[in-house]
Amino acid sequence: MKKVYSRPKYLKPVPNHYCPGCGHSIVHRLICEIIEEMKMGERVISVAPAGCAVLAYFYFDFDTVEAAHGRGAAVATGIKRSLPEALVFSYQGDGDLAAIGTAETIHAASRGERITVIFINNGIYGMTGGQMAPTTPLGMKATTAPEGRDSRREGFPLDISHLLAEIPGSAYIIRTTVNSPKTIRQTKKAIREAFQCQLDDEGFSLVEVLSMCPTNWKLDPEQSCAYIDQVMSRTFPPGVLVDRRQKQKPAGEEES
Amino acid sequence: MVVNVMRGGPGLGNIAGSQADYHQATRGGGHGDYKVVVLAPASVQELADLTYLAFDLADRYRNPVMVLADGLLGQMMEPVVFPDPIAKLPEKDWTLRGAKGRPSRFSRSLILDTKLMEEHNWKLQRKYQMIAQKEVRFETWELQDAKMAVVAFGTAARVVRGAINRVRKEGLQVGLIRPITLWPFPAGVIRQAAARIKEFLVFELNAGQMVDDVALALQGQAEIFFYGRPGGPTPTPVELAKIIASRYYQRLRK
Repeated sequence: MKKVYSRPKYLKPVPNHYCPGCGHSIVHRLICEIIEEMKMGERVISVAPAGCAVLAYFYFDFDTVEAAHGRGAAVATGIKRSLPEALVFSYQGDGDLAAIGTAETIHAASRGERITVIFINNGIYGMTGGQMAPTTPLGMKATTAPEGRDSRREGFPLDISHLLAEIPGSAYIIRTTVNSPKTIRQTKKAIREAFQCQLDDEGFSLVEVLSMCPTNWKLDPEQSCAYIDQVMSRTFPPGVLVDRRQKQKPAGEEES
Repeated sequence: MVVNVMRGGPGLGNIAGSQADYHQATRGGGHGDYKVVVLAPASVQELADLTYLAFDLADRYRNPVMVLADGLLGQMMEPVVFPDPIAKLPEKDWTLRGAKGRPSRFSRSLILDTKLMEEHNWKLQRKYQMIAQKEVRFETWELQDAKMAVVAFGTAARVVRGAINRVRKEGLQVGLIRPITLWPFPAGVIRQAAARIKEFLVFELNAGQMVDDVALALQGQAEIFFYGRPGGPTPTPVELAKIIASRYYQRLRK
């Protein structure tokens, strides 16, 4: 019998702590598959966030440094500037990247740093028990917005990828989801394009992945996948937000 | 008013209780010759009481006040009776509410002229002296006949109570001095105790920070033994009782 699939080489053979239905383990697997396919295992250096994925270094079998909360883009800047040959990516949640890390993220893009940011957006602060995040959609309930986010009281959700796309230093920014086999494949392609954008010295690249958080959304995994289509995607429409790459042809339609 | 709930560190650390920000809280670590009033609760009731007090002191002295708790208190639930709110705050001539019916005023900390800046600094130092005279708070327990004094604050002091209960049953005369204001530090009560008590044991959930202030207060008048646990673990009263008893027998029973 032919073996058609196995655990990716760069995903350590240990159980992970992510909740059932969480998107982190999917994206971790995709990243590890891509690193193997691109033969980058010995050149990649990743930056782990604070948040549920703080333990990413227990799962990625390549060099990883833990950044202070929100500072992933700044730490990645330091690594890439001192080791231009490395493939450097920061893996961050929405609280990390768009709340405490807003300044570092915007200025890394502004400087056109040749780094890739993998931005996992579940619209909530997961690890700390479900507080409202900058990316929490209107109407969504959180522990700090128990009646649901109201624009008058709590303002509007922040589409940070849209902001970053306006910055000339951003070469490639794309938003995907991981709530179906098709969108998981699209996410893999997007991350691969973003890594290639870095290796081609084009500029700052970012992949925003709308990801499930059944625990804090108080939905089961299947409902969480539907929630991404019904709510998250309405506030944060998937697609290419900007493509200023010269060496790649502009990203085409998603594969169907 | 700032609340710092200390947890194991350094770096990203963990969320277990610790007392390792004592130096940062009391020595500042920031810019300028400033002092922050630091209040250290040892129970959830005290956390509530001192939070009210913190606002009051900050308002009264126009000074930052920090409530310095630890990760155990932060993750604990206990019954609380809330103090009555203060109905009226003292009038001030420096608040900004719009210059209606009075000349305009401004609020700033930039003083480019070094002579004026020095004057301002001495004015602040006089304020800190006044706070040190009026606002020291501490608790003593079982100290009257004590031959050894344990100095501890916050959750550590709670563990000490349990330990003292145990060692007292064995006839060891041990008492507790619990600072409640870490700045201003209750050096006075420690110095007074040192007239009769020559053995001090300092217990902290860190690698040794408040012990410096105990040493400064004692000025060599008594021996200090330090026991600390950095990084987040909390010893049980039984464990601590063994440490205290061991030191007591070593020093006080030949």
